[in-house]
Amino acid sequence: MSTFRFDDVSIPFRDGQSVGAALVAQGILSWRTTRLEGRPRGLFCGIGICFDCLVTVDGVPSQRACLVRARDGLDVTTQEGSGYAAE
Amino acid sequence: MPLSDLPPDGVVIVGAGPAGLACAATLLDQGDTFVTVLDAGSGAGGQYWRQPAPPADSSDPGALRPDAMRGLHHDLGTFAELRSRLEAGQAAGRASLLTDHHVWTVVAAEGGHVVHAVDRSGGPGRERAVELRARHLVIATGAHDRSLPFPGWDLPGVLTAGGLQALLKAGDVALGPRVAVGGTGPFLLPVAAGLADRGATVVGVFEANSPTRWLRELRAVAANRTKLAEGAGYAATLLRRRVPVRTRTMIVEAHGRERVEAVTVARLDASGHPRRDTHRRIEVDAVGVGWGFSPQLDLAVTLGCALTADASGTPVVQVDEWQRTSRSGVSAAGEACGVGGAALAVAEGRLAARGIVGASASDAETAGLREEVARLRAFAAAMHRAHPVPAGWADALRSETVVCRCEEVSAGTVRHAIAERGATDARQVKQLTRAGMGWCQGRVCGHAVELLAGGGSGSPAERLVSTPLPLGVLASRKSRAM
Repeated sequence: MSTFRFDDVSIPFRDGQSVGAALVAQGILSWRTTRLEGRPRGLFCGIGICFDCLVTVDGVPSQRACLVRARDGLDVTTQEGSGYAAE
Repeated sequence: MPLSDLPPDGVVIVGAGPAGLACAATLLDQGDTFVTVLDAGSGAGGQYWRQPAPPADSSDPGALRPDAMRGLHHDLGTFAELRSRLEAGQAAGRASLLTDHHVWTVVAAEGGHVVHAVDRSGGPGRERAVELRARHLVIATGAHDRSLPFPGWDLPGVLTAGGLQALLKAGDVALGPRVAVGGTGPFLLPVAAGLADRGATVVGVFEANSPTRWLRELRAVAANRTKLAEGAGYAATLLRRRVPVRTRTMIVEAHGRERVEAVTVARLDASGHPRRDTHRRIEVDAVGVGWGFSPQLDLAVTLGCALTADASGTPVVQVDEWQRTSRSGVSAAGEACGVGGAALAVAEGRLAARGIVGASASDAETAGLREEVARLRAFAAAMHRAHPVPAGWADALRSETVVCRCEEVSAGTVRHAIAERGATDARQVKQLTRAGMGWCQGRVCGHAVELLAGGGSGSPAERLVSTPLPLGVLASRKSRAM
């Protein structure tokens, strides 16, 4: 089965799934913390409207996990705050 | 695709859902114009006929198959027919379907409009600017779930009802195992039925309104028997799966630390306020709440198209008997003209196409479509009247409850801006508190803020850039234009 990396975990997925769908299928419901209060967030609208499910993909921050298609070998990391370390 | 590659006289349709697909299919049947359909999703279908992305390797036995999603969709026959007509148009060199294309703005240009999109098909970091010239533009941008805040709604595992269904339709994931569905509207039924059919334990459907409200709408119901049959089908599934449907009940709180662990539900009194003496706590792993849908009006507002209000007071695009907006060369069809479901969207898409090719108003086909649109619009109006947001929706909000999820603005801050600083609409609350100023541009909290401010839906927010785009995309666009 194809997998991508989420922080230090290998996440299996079915081809055609989004990164977000693959994560919640593994019981992972959050992959971001908010900028001000550090609250955990994951999928909310599921269709690209709400920007709650932001995640860093292959080093590019603020990607919507509900829209990014899962691909073999993708490197997905938790996003803290804005996703830029300098903040 | 460079601008010069495209025929200058084409029709560009934004949105490949029911309205956009129907419009494209009819244009290809009736006219000889080139048709381009853009959609932010990975394939045609929109939210209603949402499908898994096509497999990269068709021999992969683990890949998701659209066929496996049968039972989750209604009227797939129409989808298959419309899609095959678009595919035939593509094969004949008369049509193009651009998926993973997010339209971020449209500007008037000589002889029509220029549509600006970001092509995200290459994945993160490989976005590309795309510009299309449109002799005629069709706005078929659909709608998104309407949300209202409640304590705990920002916990992971609490989604919109549409979000739960999107996971099912596109990802074959039934979030659970124990899930609560709440809000109002007939859409809650297919969401719950789909989850129950895929093995989730739906602990309840919590519908805020009473079904007796439909008794005032018998004319619209009698004229739309297929809608009744569709609803009855979902109700039968829920009965078979032993899913309790609780009316005049709402989810007033989600509990948990790092994720949702339980909800509190309450019965609503006759005036629509949750009764504290009816609180009941139910353990859950996931929640989906939806209060109907909000039309996506960004492009229409940017272009200055005249708006009107639907039966619920929601601003929608105003169209004439050919689905033409007040702007020359711009039509609109489907939920952008008022939320009313896929059958209505299909009829409006067909009508819009006939208007563009200059069909006769007196032909039987046009007359039939107009009759269908009027009948389905009457049903939509009945639905809006039967499923209002209850008066006491905000009773359970605490001062610290997050209202704007992006900017983390609390109910207390929003209420202070209204009560102490005199804000009377969402725009003023935004200026004072930043609510609605974040990534989603108020799409999620806007309706709630408007309600808290005591107004109706007010004038919709203008979003000149309707989807965030990397600066590199803008830069590449500029350098090419020079």
